[in-house]
Amino acid sequence: MSLLIHLTAAELAAKIHAGEVSAVEVTQAHLDRIAAIDRTVHAFLHVDTEGALAAARAVDEDVAAGRPVASPLAGVPLALKDVFTTKGIPTTVGSKILEGWVPPYDATVTRKLREAGIVVLGKTNMDEFAMGSSTENSAYGVTHNPWDLDRIPGGSGGGSSASLAAFEAPLAIGTDTGGSIRQPGAVTGTVGVKPTYGGVSRYGLVAFSSSLDQGGPCARTVLDAALLHEVIAGYDPMDSTSIDEPVPPVVAAAREGAAGDLSGVRVGVVREFTGEWYQDGVLRSFQQAVETLRGLGAEVVEVSCPHFDYALPAYYLIAPSECSSNLARFDAMRYGLRVGDENGNSAEQVMALTREAGFGEEVKRRIMIGTYALSSGYYDAYYGQAQKVRTLITNDFTKAFGDVDVLVSPTTPTTAFRIGERVDDPVSMYRADLCTIPANLAGTPALSVPCGLSDEDGLPVGLQVMAPALQEQRMYRVAAAYEVARDAAQGGPLINRVPQLEVAR
Amino acid sequence: MTAPVLDYDEVVERFDPVLGLEVHVELNTNTKMFCGCPTAFGAEPNTQVCPVCLGLPGSLPVLNGKGVESAIRIGLALGCDIAEWCRFARKNYFYPDMPKNFQTSQYDEPIAFDGVLNLELADGTVVEVAIERAHMEEDTGKSLHVGGATGRIHGAEHSLLDYNRAGVPLIEIVTKPITGTGERAPEVARAYVTALRDLLRALDVSDVRMDQGSLRCDANVSLMPRGTTEFGTRTETKNVNSLRSVERAVRYEMTRQAAVLTGGGSILQETRHFDEATGTTSAGRRKETSEDYRYFPEPDLVPIAPSTEWVDKLRTTLPEMPWQRRKRIQSDWQLSDLELRDLVNAGAIDLVASTVDAGASPAEARAWWVNYLSQEANSRGVELGELAITPAQVAGVAALVASGSLTNKLAREVVDGVLAGEGEPAEVVAARGLAVVSDDSALYAAIDEALAAQPDVADKIRGGKVQAAGAIVGAVMKATKGKADAKRVRELILERCT
Amino acid sequence: MPNISRDEVAHLARLARLAVTDAELDKFAGQLDVILQSVARVGEVAADDIPPTSHAVPLRNVFRADEPRPGLTQQEALAGAPAVEEGRFRVPRILGEEA
Repeated sequence: MSLLIHLTAAELAAKIHAGEVSAVEVTQAHLDRIAAIDRTVHAFLHVDTEGALAAARAVDEDVAAGRPVASPLAGVPLALKDVFTTKGIPTTVGSKILEGWVPPYDATVTRKLREAGIVVLGKTNMDEFAMGSSTENSAYGVTHNPWDLDRIPGGSGGGSSASLAAFEAPLAIGTDTGGSIRQPGAVTGTVGVKPTYGGVSRYGLVAFSSSLDQGGPCARTVLDAALLHEVIAGYDPMDSTSIDEPVPPVVAAAREGAAGDLSGVRVGVVREFTGEWYQDGVLRSFQQAVETLRGLGAEVVEVSCPHFDYALPAYYLIAPSECSSNLARFDAMRYGLRVGDENGNSAEQVMALTREAGFGEEVKRRIMIGTYALSSGYYDAYYGQAQKVRTLITNDFTKAFGDVDVLVSPTTPTTAFRIGERVDDPVSMYRADLCTIPANLAGTPALSVPCGLSDEDGLPVGLQVMAPALQEQRMYRVAAAYEVARDAAQGGPLINRVPQLEVAR
Repeated sequence: MTAPVLDYDEVVERFDPVLGLEVHVELNTNTKMFCGCPTAFGAEPNTQVCPVCLGLPGSLPVLNGKGVESAIRIGLALGCDIAEWCRFARKNYFYPDMPKNFQTSQYDEPIAFDGVLNLELADGTVVEVAIERAHMEEDTGKSLHVGGATGRIHGAEHSLLDYNRAGVPLIEIVTKPITGTGERAPEVARAYVTALRDLLRALDVSDVRMDQGSLRCDANVSLMPRGTTEFGTRTETKNVNSLRSVERAVRYEMTRQAAVLTGGGSILQETRHFDEATGTTSAGRRKETSEDYRYFPEPDLVPIAPSTEWVDKLRTTLPEMPWQRRKRIQSDWQLSDLELRDLVNAGAIDLVASTVDAGASPAEARAWWVNYLSQEANSRGVELGELAITPAQVAGVAALVASGSLTNKLAREVVDGVLAGEGEPAEVVAARGLAVVSDDSALYAAIDEALAAQPDVADKIRGGKVQAAGAIVGAVMKATKGKADAKRVRELILERCT
Repeated sequence: MPNISRDEVAHLARLARLAVTDAELDKFAGQLDVILQSVARVGEVAADDIPPTSHAVPLRNVFRADEPRPGLTQQEALAGAPAVEEGRFRVPRILGEEA
């Protein structure tokens, strides 16, 4: 039974659909795993035992009756980042201000998962309102990296990535605004994908930065991520920014890539993604990955994207600006926390007291920065200028993709840092996003695939692969090919080297 | 304690008023601007809401195409340019009636701009009001203030929020500063809102009921000392709920501001509240800091770029605007300005025009409404439009006269019958037996009888004195109780006698 | 180069309806100053002729038909409310005027 939790989603699906094992057994195995070790990892904020087993039963009934299953992933368990609304199940967004809030509606992503017969085990921990790179900003406690429990699992989607690395679920959903899927993937040795902006519906995704937020698949293998990608992506009329185009054929691309031939593929190494903030071990791992790609037949060239140096400051103007507006609705009037409704306090006072008590420090900082950047007198120099830098970054991508098929870089400059190491230094925390942010600003897709362990500290390093808008199949193909070659070179899947977690006493 | 005011004559002697009118129009779309909730008035609180208009976490707006269409049509009707490309923007401020604590509106990219609305005042003076812009936005929820004396916000203990109205589409129409109106400023303000209301009604984009809030007016007023050109500080007056209130509010603000200025004080830029009962304005609560709305383009909505094809197509759907109709009528019917104005002032122009539309000639239509029907209205003490006869029915009567089925005299009896509720003209004719006798043989019978009764007249006619036939015609008309066509009778008499 | 004062931070907190404490004001002023200095780098880029990007996707004219869609029941709408009275959301007394 314990072996079930080590299988990939594709393997589990095959077994379930063939009737070799029941979806209920699979779900129960994962629920048992969560019960055994989540007190140590703290990936989950809420486990929906009843709902999960009911969903699993429904799949088993289809299989038993000989009916077609709802999707290629029907019956496979999944951990859902607590940023998506789930009807009837608490959704906190990692914040005290929504403690106990039960949404009256499902996000489109939630609905698609349910309709696909995927078993949602529960909601995972995250940096509050998706703001952070370590999950330390959660109001509900930090999540621990299964590779080293004293280290962060990345953020903002640390719960999702940790649940994968701890074998609590074979699939997870995250959201990526500045790297919040990819960076956790990199530091936990898992796969994380940010689709093209508009590729996955944002309806029901509690907004942090509207023009950057994007939901995406997380898994332990590239193929699993591709299978999940095809479930959640697609046009949604409830989201005006949703793209009305077919989902790129990522599953086919992943299978094709696994054949291991990248001849004819031009790969660009972004020159700007290196420097004083990058660990040597990370850079060496990255170089080895690039060599592996060459070995698979890819042509590797260096490209320059000069405005990428301004991506971080542009992001830390645009995202806070949008969030200062998106978070204004949390005012104690209609839902969520209410503080100070006594002693004749006015509505204005109750709003201010509630937001003070309900939001954590990072959220408050970003709200104030955003308020500043949008203020009259400052708009042009800050928000306005940042939106122009965004255009320049998009142009850099367009120019680069005119020369190569995909771009590669390290996913994040360092391996997992220690819990507590950067909490008092916001700017150092922001640097975790150096490599991931440009793709968010341009709206182009990017993923992180594990590329080994750092020779400095033995911790996972991620390889970021980026593609042009709506060309996800390119990056899935490259990542799948790389994954096979890497496993071959290292004697098996990287994730199998994660330390055994002690069952909580 | 009411503020001191200056005598109106003195106000206009010393100052030039400048007006700025902002009108909000609630559109009559079936659903809200950004979600599919119904907009119908009067539902139970919070029963026409969804995650989007409640601003629940995770919700997203999707734009109502009919709302955009109405906005463009309003812009075209106001002679505005339609933006080739525009966006929505977020107007950020906190208030409990706004679920998102920002209003999705338009900032520096309105969908329509630079238009004009021509007003005609009662005495015929034409005023051209320049329109700055018309833009799309959403309405707020409704608050009930509990515990205060007046139901207003001051002194309330708590408030109750109903979000049924939140998200209903609004179009905001803003004028450029209106100058040069002098003592007629209050009248001009009222005429503007009236003309705008009539235009919007003709477009069928809104119920435009000021009493129900589907048409709202905020009046901005400032004064310049006569002879100067720099605008003074303006105040904005809200809670102006009728056309009459528009006029009263403007007039009051002019007198109040003039008193302040002549007393050596200065005008506070503030929002004021109009009080129906007293006809005065009072200061709203002073704000600590002026609001910084921190506008930025709405990221959850994509730009709107109306194609020229679409705009041209919408242009063809515009009904004839009221003033265009009047111009055309004047030209078609060759009316002098005085005649036109008489029609307008009699409230008859639309009725006459509709009668013409229903098939009557302009002369016939005018004659009926301006003569017989106006007398009827006066004697009954009602407005012309309140008479129990429709333009279509009047046209029907005119048609019967034109075809010879009725004489004018009979026609008046038919009209009386319609006014009395006896039914359509044809029904009245049948019921009262008013049709002209058109059967020649019946006429011959009457003619022969009349000739026999007046043999000497008969001889005269036979002798060539055709005028003498008049007496026979009269006799026949009497015999048929007026239901003969006199002209035909005359023809037949002459035929008989020659 | 921004040098954001405690007063300015207090002003921002008021605008954003955050009742920050005095201790927080000092801490935030220092942190915000550092952050703002680093983001001010965007001003180094010559971008006078560059159009700003507000939307990553080049979509235009996304509309929906003017047709009703089922919403929430009154109960669902009020379910998460801190206070309810007569089918409405009950809120403390409001100081400001309606805009």
